[in-house]
Amino acid sequence: MGLSTFKGGIHPYEGKELSEDKAIMKLEPKEVLVFPMGQHLGAPANPTVAVGDKVLVGQRIGEASGFISANICSSVSGTVKAIEPHLTTGGAMSLSVIIENDFNYTPVEGFGVKRDYKALSAEEIRNIVKDAGVIGMGGAGFPTHVKITPKDDNAIDYVIINGAECEPYLTSDYRLMLEETEAMIGGLKVVLSLFPKAKGIIGIEENKPEAIKKVKELVAGESDISVCELKTKYPQGGERMLIYATTGRKINSTMLPADAGCVVNNVDTMISIYMAVCESTPSIRRTLTVTGDAMNNTANVQVRTGMSYKEILDEVGGFKTTPEKIISGGPMMGAAMFDIDVPVTKASSALLALTKDEVAKYEPTACIRCGRCVAACPSNLIPQKMAEAAERFDDETFEKLEGMECFECGSCTYVCPAKKRLTQAFKQSRASVAAARRAKAAAAAKK
Amino acid sequence: MNVSAAPHVRSKDTTSSIMRDVAIALAPTLIFGIWNFNRYGYGLNAFLLIVICVVFCVGTEFIYEKLMKKPNTIGDLSAVVTGLILALNLPATLPLWIAALGSIFAILVVKMVYGGLGQNFMNPALGARCFLVISFAARMTAFPAEFPGVSVGVDTVATATPLTALKAGATVDVFKMFIGTTSGTIGETSVVAVLIGAIYLVARKVISLRIPVTFIVTTLVFVELFGGHMGDMNYLLAHLCGGGLVVGAFFMATDYVTSPITPMGQIVFGIIIGILTGIFRLFGGSAEGVSYAIIITNLLVPLIERFTMPKAFGKEAVKK
Ligand code: SF4
Ligand code: SF4
Repeated sequence: MGLSTFKGGIHPYEGKELSEDKAIMKLEPKEVLVFPMGQHLGAPANPTVAVGDKVLVGQRIGEASGFISANICSSVSGTVKAIEPHLTTGGAMSLSVIIENDFNYTPVEGFGVKRDYKALSAEEIRNIVKDAGVIGMGGAGFPTHVKITPKDDNAIDYVIINGAECEPYLTSDYRLMLEETEAMIGGLKVVLSLFPKAKGIIGIEENKPEAIKKVKELVAGESDISVCELKTKYPQGGERMLIYATTGRKINSTMLPADAGCVVNNVDTMISIYMAVCESTPSIRRTLTVTGDAMNNTANVQVRTGMSYKEILDEVGGFKTTPEKIISGGPMMGAAMFDIDVPVTKASSALLALTKDEVAKYEPTACIRCGRCVAACPSNLIPQKMAEAAERFDDETFEKLEGMECFECGSCTYVCPAKKRLTQAFKQSRASVAAARRAKAAAAAKK
Repeated sequence: MNVSAAPHVRSKDTTSSIMRDVAIALAPTLIFGIWNFNRYGYGLNAFLLIVICVVFCVGTEFIYEKLMKKPNTIGDLSAVVTGLILALNLPATLPLWIAALGSIFAILVVKMVYGGLGQNFMNPALGARCFLVISFAARMTAFPAEFPGVSVGVDTVATATPLTALKAGATVDVFKMFIGTTSGTIGETSVVAVLIGAIYLVARKVISLRIPVTFIVTTLVFVELFGGHMGDMNYLLAHLCGGGLVVGAFFMATDYVTSPITPMGQIVFGIIIGILTGIFRLFGGSAEGVSYAIIITNLLVPLIERFTMPKAFGKEAVKK
């Protein structure tokens, strides 16, 4: 059987060998933890605590402020020191609850109590996931309770675990698939229990044979769960590409996976669902890869959310040389940081420090119409023409060229020999088109 | 510390590395050309023509950008490639000053005036070749004698290439044409030398086969259907090996700037050039026609692209 995949995509240097053999290491935070209220897609949460309040591990400190929003829970016990804007990984300021750790790690009542998901109703499970503040941990941070609450439960045919981990350098999902396999599959079973007709698929790129083997062993007896081996290619883990590779179904930007009968969750998210439902533990930890050629040491670490990147860096062993670039996340879609004293959130996936910045190395030059961007685009777009429109701020043409189907994977920019900053331009145009659409919708609503 | 938007990694390919690959791929063809015409005593002149074309193409770009106070772009090596391609389109007997003039024309008129690399709508080397053919018809067809018995029109300076001989009814040696020990422009005679370079370009993923294959196949089908020699293998192979079809298909029609960027458009583009080449060869005044077919189709690229836009991934999907 051929490996499942999609058309387009790229093969960048993987860099996984730097950290793939490092077992997950647990790190504990220092005195201060920062919890940004906006760490998911959608409306930021509202703080539910006040300065001076005592909080416990697992206690809710931020409340979802709408359907597409998520709760935030404290990962330590201690005292609320301040509620103020704090720098986040993306470079923006976000209102944050700042907690002083008392190092007792006293849990809230009921924390860690074992539960059998089979004894819970679908509604109870969804409420638990919502209360636990579980969000998509693959990067976008879409609230998970929304994803697992489609219009019609019977219309869901597949629940898919995204184990592609196609971003170069990242290995934390791989380690989790090896070390917390049971919890991941447990999470899958919890989600499958919500959808009477659904089958489970675990999509893993072929460059992780150990994980494929381990997971296959564990699901051997399960008739409704299978492992789908994926071709190693970026962006194989893009939601649309993954759904296509595993089920042959296609969705576009206006659709959710549920519109194609699918629910997709990343590895860490599935484990978080399991922990929330079966172990009464809200989403308060994150597994990250700490890597890059500027590091003294590489590692896969598991930390409490709210811990500073700087503390993680110091614990792992600091920089070997001054990095030219530090990235939160992978090199394709992660955000460059100018200050690493920012907190780890539920959506953080990596701390990557590179000695050479390939972006600064090359100046953009004229497009030679080589077509490499076209061949690489997984969305089957013509980035070269979209860039012409974006450079003229011509949103109308950009939309006509289906620019809104771009999901900013960066493949076109990676391959461009003229080193044009295509994705950056698309990000701006897409934001501008989206804003115009919102304004139009708001105006229509007023009438 | 640097802060810039994702992605943070870049492939190693650059415009100059691609142009360097094209130049490397052209080397067998040009070296063969020098050797081949050396047999007629024009080896040195062929070599000097190549040098002059490169020097004048690069020089024109450099001086133009200096005068216009624009950033210097000769490092992208695209002018070198233009020079090499122009040279392989010239007869080995050509006076050097004409090559220099053609080079200046290619860069100045066809490329820079339209905004430089990426903006020109016609292949600069082919544009210049056509300019030279129009201005210096006799000199541009003064090929070293290969078929002295065949007279081509009133112009006695010109001697025939295999395809003109074929058109005049002579039988030609297809094997010689494949190897390239015949007459023509510096770079059009040897199919085998071109193929060596073409394999390199395909292996390095510099070009795809879409344009060259559709172009060549279409030309051959056209010639087979309308050439009046149905079933004559020698006739068909002569058309394949002669008149710069293969070199045009792999090195000129594939010019990024002047060919469609849409994959479907590239196929349409190849087919149109193939049909035009067939028409020019069978019904036109000259026996070759490849250059004209390419530059005419270059002009159709925006139109071809408009009608061959691919459908975005998942666009046809409907919500369940
Ligand atoms: S990859 Fe870059 S140079 Fe090539 S067509 Fe696309 S934008 Fe132009
Ligand atoms: S960033 Fe957008 S346009 Fe570029 S390859 Fe990815 S989806 Fe296509």
